[in-house]
Amino acid sequence: METEHLVEEHGEHEHPGEGLYIRIALILAVLTAIEVGLYYTDFGEKITNGMLLVLAGGKFVLVAAYFMHLKFDSRLLRRLFASGFVLAVLVYIAYLMTLGIFV
Amino acid sequence: MSADAAVDHGHGHVTNTGMSNEKLAMWTFLGSECLLFGALISTYFLYRHGDYEGVLPKDLYDIPYTSVSSFVLLMSSLTMVLALAAIQRGDGRRLRVWLLATAFLGASFIAGQVYEFTSFIREGMTIKTNPAASAFYTLTGFHGVHVTLGIVMLLSLWNLSIRGKLNKERSEVVEIAGLYWHFVDVVWIVIFTVIYLIP
Repeated sequence: METEHLVEEHGEHEHPGEGLYIRIALILAVLTAIEVGLYYTDFGEKITNGMLLVLAGGKFVLVAAYFMHLKFDSRLLRRLFASGFVLAVLVYIAYLMTLGIFV
Repeated sequence: MSADAAVDHGHGHVTNTGMSNEKLAMWTFLGSECLLFGALISTYFLYRHGDYEGVLPKDLYDIPYTSVSSFVLLMSSLTMVLALAAIQRGDGRRLRVWLLATAFLGASFIAGQVYEFTSFIREGMTIKTNPAASAFYTLTGFHGVHVTLGIVMLLSLWNLSIRGKLNKERSEVVEIAGLYWHFVDVVWIVIFTVIYLIP
């Protein structure tokens, strides 16, 4: 019973096929093109920077979810990586705020 | 957790977590790498707008050139995942083709970085010019070292495959190397945006 639960909790699933990988790569290429295009447009610094961060976040999530298989692998791996990432973001935002970078 | 809870998870591993310890170790390592690159990116943020003598990195960025480099590294993630799909099908020949393609794209990225560093030095920005330049070279240089180590891993896998020591049953070895490669790619996604594109 416990074993069955463990398999469900930490279960790996089949990885997606090559067609999905190619579609994800095309989306990543388009997002990169939009990012570079935004660099040369003038929507105002805050809007442009916000859009650039959202696009980078989207690319990050697509690579981690599909190419690194976090979407299909165990939840334990997702939590392990997310804890390192979130800890890094929080620690360094706090560090930079302490030094007055965002003020 | 009882010993009964240990499960075999498809690659011949019997562990309490239900997955191989090697894969778990790689993910733990990648989580810790977030802290390393977080420190390097934060340091660059701290120094990038300082009132220093000499040329600042942001004055020298060549965005079209770096965009092409970024695209090359992004596409290497596709070839890497295609290599994994090939070995999971038991197709050794395609595995080797995609591994070499990934290594080639990675080497192209590194060649681009060497060219970028050389041109920056010619423009008068060395690692000693000012704290912003030091932080820039340290961040992008560390990333370049990671890519170079990834290329060594890929060529080692190619060599193992040529010698018949990498088959479908050992596909997890390629998956773990792939995790490292994709991580290097996602780090560059962040660096490209927050260092190069956001002035």
